[in-house]
Amino acid sequence: MDLHVIGPLASPAERAAVDAVLGPAESGWHGGRRDSPNEGHVASGGHDARSRRDLLLPALHALQDRVGQITQPGLNYVCRRLSVPPAEAYGVATFYALLSTKPRPPAVAHVCDDIACRLAGAEETCADLERRLGPAGSPGRDGRTTWLRSPCLGLCEQAPAALFTIAGEQPVRETAAPVDAAGIIRRLERTTSASTSGGPGLLGTARASAPQAGEPELRLLRRVGVVDPESLEDYVAHGGFAALRSALAMGAEAVLREVTDSRLLGRGGAAFPTGRKWSAVAAQPAQPHYVVCNADESEPGTFSNRVLLELDPFAVVESMIIEGFATGSSKGFLYIRGEYPLAESRIRGAIDRARAAGYLGASVAGSGFAFDIEVRRGAGAYICGEETALFESIEGRRGEPRNKPPFPVEVGLFGKPTAINNVETMVNVVPILEGGPGGGARFAAIGTEGSTGPKLFCLSGAVARPGVYEVPFGTTLREMLDLAGGVPGGRSIRAILLGGAAGVFVGPETLDTPLTFEGTRAINATLGSGVVMVFDETADMVGTLRRIAAFFRDESCGQCVPCRVGTVRQEELLARLADKVEIRSREEELVLLADIGRAMRDASICGLGQTASSAIESAMRQPELVAL
Amino acid sequence: MTHDPHHVPAPELPPPGLVYTTPAGRATHTPEAPRRELPPNVSLQIDGVAVSVPAGSTILDACRAQGLDIPTLCYLENLTPVNVCRVCVVEVKGSRVLAPACSRKVEEGMDVETESERVRHSRKVVLEFLGSSVDLSLAGQQVPNGDAARYARRYGADPGRFGPPADGAGAHERDDRDPGHHHSPVGEEAVLAATVEQPVKVDNNLYVRDYSKCILCYKCVEACGEDAQNTFAIAVAGRGFDARISTEWDAPLPDSACVYCGNCIGVCPTGALMFKSEFDMRAAGTWDESAQTTTSTICPYCGVGCAVDLHVQDNTIVKVTSPMDSTVTEGHLCIKGRFGFEFTNERRRG
Repeated sequence: MDLHVIGPLASPAERAAVDAVLGPAESGWHGGRRDSPNEGHVASGGHDARSRRDLLLPALHALQDRVGQITQPGLNYVCRRLSVPPAEAYGVATFYALLSTKPRPPAVAHVCDDIACRLAGAEETCADLERRLGPAGSPGRDGRTTWLRSPCLGLCEQAPAALFTIAGEQPVRETAAPVDAAGIIRRLERTTSASTSGGPGLLGTARASAPQAGEPELRLLRRVGVVDPESLEDYVAHGGFAALRSALAMGAEAVLREVTDSRLLGRGGAAFPTGRKWSAVAAQPAQPHYVVCNADESEPGTFSNRVLLELDPFAVVESMIIEGFATGSSKGFLYIRGEYPLAESRIRGAIDRARAAGYLGASVAGSGFAFDIEVRRGAGAYICGEETALFESIEGRRGEPRNKPPFPVEVGLFGKPTAINNVETMVNVVPILEGGPGGGARFAAIGTEGSTGPKLFCLSGAVARPGVYEVPFGTTLREMLDLAGGVPGGRSIRAILLGGAAGVFVGPETLDTPLTFEGTRAINATLGSGVVMVFDETADMVGTLRRIAAFFRDESCGQCVPCRVGTVRQEELLARLADKVEIRSREEELVLLADIGRAMRDASICGLGQTASSAIESAMRQPELVAL
Repeated sequence: MTHDPHHVPAPELPPPGLVYTTPAGRATHTPEAPRRELPPNVSLQIDGVAVSVPAGSTILDACRAQGLDIPTLCYLENLTPVNVCRVCVVEVKGSRVLAPACSRKVEEGMDVETESERVRHSRKVVLEFLGSSVDLSLAGQQVPNGDAARYARRYGADPGRFGPPADGAGAHERDDRDPGHHHSPVGEEAVLAATVEQPVKVDNNLYVRDYSKCILCYKCVEACGEDAQNTFAIAVAGRGFDARISTEWDAPLPDSACVYCGNCIGVCPTGALMFKSEFDMRAAGTWDESAQTTTSTICPYCGVGCAVDLHVQDNTIVKVTSPMDSTVTEGHLCIKGRFGFEFTNERRRG
């Protein structure tokens, strides 16, 4: 391949930003200084450069963070450094919503207008911003600021929320919630990071997201709000790394046995047996094996992973090391969504501290087992939470899901056997192993026969105390709502969204359903990622459905026809029903909607298309939930 | 007649129009290909019939070996299957969702239904999705895979169900769209079905890109990149319904890495990529496939010996293709073989 690069040269700032990620350019062939007498006419190092293709997304982030957009010269420089064809790199850069290939002011407020934030007035906030700053995307008076709408930022318990990205030498990425238009404008006008002093303290902050924080019977959340997330010593003082020590002592096979005995099922939505996944990877002859932690939590209404990463990051590190040990991997990747700046800095800090203390590196805790973790940041793409799209994204490609089979346990990251788990699934390994042998069976005694262990639920919408709650499996929906203080203002429940935008709407008659995999299946619903979003009698259900339809149209990767076009047709059809534009009878429209949904469910490549009609169709089946 | 071991059969005459450089009779010895272990066979059921095919075959291979007509659009024999159009989906018993026949490998004991109600439904709706968003008027006329009109008739696809097409985009408007943001239809807008319609991109004298006809089958990207040319001048850019084939920064082809091999045209199933000569003749109303003859010959330019098919109308070469089953080209050519025929059309004056 001849690299064909057109256009002017990257600015010094852009080069410096990229070099900070990739190291200095070694020769003129790769964008560095040309040393004619020594370099001659033979290009070398192309293969080495291409083998670092996985650094494409980090390099694009560096450009975006430094100058607020990906310019053509900047992208060209990255292409020469990594020997990536510009057309491909452009295809990658235009895939992610947090990257801009067009001029964009450096300070951007990404204002969440997704379902939970809509319930908390996000549309009013956006209307206010439109009045005061102009339409979304238009530069402010000084040309330095703008605002954009954003899908769910995972701050649903404090809705409405906004993410601020301010490019520069010291780039700022931070979130604010709850926030109104005035607060957004104030933040945009400031150029530095918010000071964190004078807050409500660790436990107070934690209780805003996890109201049970500090309660003694918690397992997954027991350190949340209790330990300093930036202190490894504090983590160890609260029992940290006991599970790792126990794992190293019992050996990899025993760990696999315990995890299998625990009958732990994946918490990300697919509910695959974790023990089976790990054992399958461990048994693969192909080398190396990889561990991937999926922290691309983007399902609207889901924020449990964020809370764990922000408030107990060492537990995530510990469980990744254990998973690496059990599956025979020496390298782990943690892929975190770009909308989680605090969680990212906490997990990066925890990894650095764990490495400094010898829990990561050539010999984990002196055991001789080598393991290390790299963090990769997403760039605004819900689809990258799909495991194979996540691999593609890490590998420096567009986040387009692969066809399965082959499954990741055989052909995963970089084509190698890969154990990939969601953050919540992983941290369950800590309580399974910390009691030593027999921990799996003890874990399996919690919960129900088909759904073992504790489970985190994300409560949002019309509840008095939204937040992430930990309960043993088997707790009913009603008990869950009571835990969160019920519906405020004595209003009645109209609908509950289980499992997020890819989930199912249920009515108040299902309140006594136990929230287990089998219990939700029995009412044709799903646990999904543990979303319980409550809509009271005043909620705008039609608007909610339209937002969900718009969400899937925005987030479809566009690879396969059923999802790429189906999500568009679904949104158009809902708009016709909602705006009472008749081109055929309502009954015929519903038949068409069902046809669209069925084709997406049956023929799409991945879970996004397969579930893109799920919530909408479930609502349309229940006329008492939504009048359309 | 008795069998005579010394009898040499008379060489068969080549079909008219075919030019051999070596008379068949002159060949004395054909070296044998090295023997290769055949893969073991896999037994499966297709539409209730027990079949046995070599391991590693796809469901599509197995079906076509049975003479079954599985529709395909994004599939082509000389490219890696990308399984994105989903029109080849089949039902594999025990599987939660349908499987793409073009890329799913056969497994022992698999039970496949190729025309079940579920399969027919998905194929029909997928064809409706494509028909309502893309101009399929030329689909299927370029290569054996992709006769969209025939498939649409077979499955009763009615793209009109989604409403009349919305207005097309302006030049480069679709290339300018931001991922994750779109204008949601409101009121009367929702009566019309969004499409990918846009002006044709004409920026060079060799071929045009009419992305109103693009079903995003990824074939041109594969042919430009890893599967044939290794040039990587085009890739998929953008996301969702706004995903599109693009050069870097939507640059005109002459500024891009394009080397004008035209292999993207050779694999395009819908006529989105087209010889400028064909495009101009179609615009002038003079393109007439029934009046064209095809002459198979060898490219005269270099020593590789690529097989070329010259498409001739009114004694003028109007386009050049290469047969996919040619062991030399596998259907791919370079700029000279593909476009270097203009001189033959120059008539000596006077």
